[in-house]
Amino acid sequence: MKRLHLERLANPQLLAPAGVLLINWLLFPNFFRITRQDGRLFGSLIDVLNRGAPVAILAIGMTGVIATKGVDLSVGAIMAVCGAVAATMVVAGYPTPVAVIAALAVGIACGLWNGFLVALLDIQPIVATPVLMVAGRGIAQLITEGSIVTFNDPTLIFIGTGSFLGFPMAAVIAPALLILVTLLVRKTAIGLFIRAIGVNRAAASLAGIRSRMLLVLVYALSGFCAAIAGIVVAADIRGADANNSGLWLELDAIPAVVIGGTSLLGGRFSVPMAVVGAIIIRAMNTGILMSGFPPEFNLIVKAGMIILILLIQSPFATRLFTRQRLVPAKAGPK
Amino acid sequence: MNIIKTLAVVAGLATALTSFATAQEGSVVGFSQIGSESGWRAAETSVTKQQAEERGIELKFADAQQKQENQIKAIRGFIARDVDAIPVAPVVATGWEDVLTEAKEAEIPVILLDRGVDAPEDLYLTSVASDQVKEGRVAGEWLVEAVGTEPCKVVELQGTVGSTPAINRKQGFEEAIAGHDNITIARSQTGDFTRAKGKEVMEGFIKAENGGADICAVYAHNDDMAVGAIRAIKDAGLKPGTDIKVVSIDAVPDIFAAMVAGEANATVELTPNMAGPAFDALAAYLKDGTEPEKFIITESKLYTPEDNPQGEYDTRKGLGY
Repeated sequence: MKRLHLERLANPQLLAPAGVLLINWLLFPNFFRITRQDGRLFGSLIDVLNRGAPVAILAIGMTGVIATKGVDLSVGAIMAVCGAVAATMVVAGYPTPVAVIAALAVGIACGLWNGFLVALLDIQPIVATPVLMVAGRGIAQLITEGSIVTFNDPTLIFIGTGSFLGFPMAAVIAPALLILVTLLVRKTAIGLFIRAIGVNRAAASLAGIRSRMLLVLVYALSGFCAAIAGIVVAADIRGADANNSGLWLELDAIPAVVIGGTSLLGGRFSVPMAVVGAIIIRAMNTGILMSGFPPEFNLIVKAGMIILILLIQSPFATRLFTRQRLVPAKAGPK
Repeated sequence: MNIIKTLAVVAGLATALTSFATAQEGSVVGFSQIGSESGWRAAETSVTKQQAEERGIELKFADAQQKQENQIKAIRGFIARDVDAIPVAPVVATGWEDVLTEAKEAEIPVILLDRGVDAPEDLYLTSVASDQVKEGRVAGEWLVEAVGTEPCKVVELQGTVGSTPAINRKQGFEEAIAGHDNITIARSQTGDFTRAKGKEVMEGFIKAENGGADICAVYAHNDDMAVGAIRAIKDAGLKPGTDIKVVSIDAVPDIFAAMVAGEANATVELTPNMAGPAFDALAAYLKDGTEPEKFIITESKLYTPEDNPQGEYDTRKGLGY
């Protein structure tokens, strides 16, 4: 029993964040120092949580999509659209809750569109979702008329920069969403169904799972998560930036999900680990920012770190570490 | 007698004015714009339309949506319509020779706005652009003057890595502070010209520099990043503009709003009015064939809180930034 526990601790998925945080700490002895500033917690670790939240929120939605062998490349653009909707509506004088609900509804609608293309028209996700990835930014620009829509609505700003028990709101929203979605997939049969579709959609359908319906659902969830991230990001800078909000963030969210151990081949997924993956990516970014390297190295360092993490988690490395046990491990689902 | 004299003078003036105006009035100009990728670009479009209207020029507008092929198509369309001139804001530097030669053969002058091209200089009438190195230099000179002999640790928010404005604005700033050993650039990172990244990078800088206490000024390659940095400074419990000086480039409305609030110290204008000087050069050329200078450099004007930021905010807000 005890050995099992040790093995769990040595889980490569948890070793990676520990390693990244350790490197940050070595580079930066003050990394873990947290102080209170005007009733809110203040420190690099809090920054990691705060800045990691939008990617984490995207990753929560993305996990479901990837678990069904899909991918959603449109989440960055959906963020821009939803941020634009929320910002323009509060500027136009609508009450904040109405603006937020409208933005969330738009996010779900975007997700339904992706789901429609993938599940009903059977278009490959990697071709279907870029439709919105490109068009979404155009839609966002139409909504904001090409400029950054700045707002001063206190409630909306609170979502981005307020704090709850000292923690930044974003770092509260993400865990809340994580708990909700985890309960949804663990306490109902939805998680099992998603897994089944990811392993073999045809077989799952034959077994009586309404796979189309479920596929639409996972894309809608991804759109919903993107909407939340979009609102958080817009509220953070008090403005909706159609050109840059969420730009390339899908390319952070997908590695986050994969680093978290979800298989791109579908079938195997973990929502909490995707959030851990997002935190790893964010901690890396923060480390790079604080390291003082010239910016030309940012992407190279980041790419190198991701390769390293993926190597550590690869079956190859696992074999290397557990060479003494020659009994072949049970093959995982493809 | 007097009245007749006055009338004569007025009449004379009026004739002079109309004769000046006829050089341009009624002329048709085809403007090929890149797109509307930034607030500044939108402002340039609206200022160009304004300038044309003031001069009685009929402006035909083509939005290329960031694609060179669309611009080339638009320019060919303008040539076919035989417009009097074609101002172009080229999206990329290369691949213009063919279409510019066609315009030259049709004897339609082409004026480059805001960006240059890699093509022989005789293919265009003139090029109106800002001097980005100078923009950085003006920002640096302001800081040199503002800090005097006090030691000052600057953090820099660079534009997108490898982009021309980022390289030039960095170079200009470094030129200005060279020889002033009290001013050092302690940290320099890219904020990708965006608010969100500006804020994020500034948060990192503040943590890395003793909670921000060691930072004397932030230099941002554009105002948007500065606006983001101001938010990060406030979140850290410091006063932007006082505890940490904020100097940036572009002069967009929101930086003037920050100046009104006392949170920004200086900005260097990248004027969206590229069309004004272009139309002036064109008027002279159409009138009597005066060849304008090949490279017209727009002014890089420094704005500080003394320059009526509220007024600047109000006039700029309507331009579509």
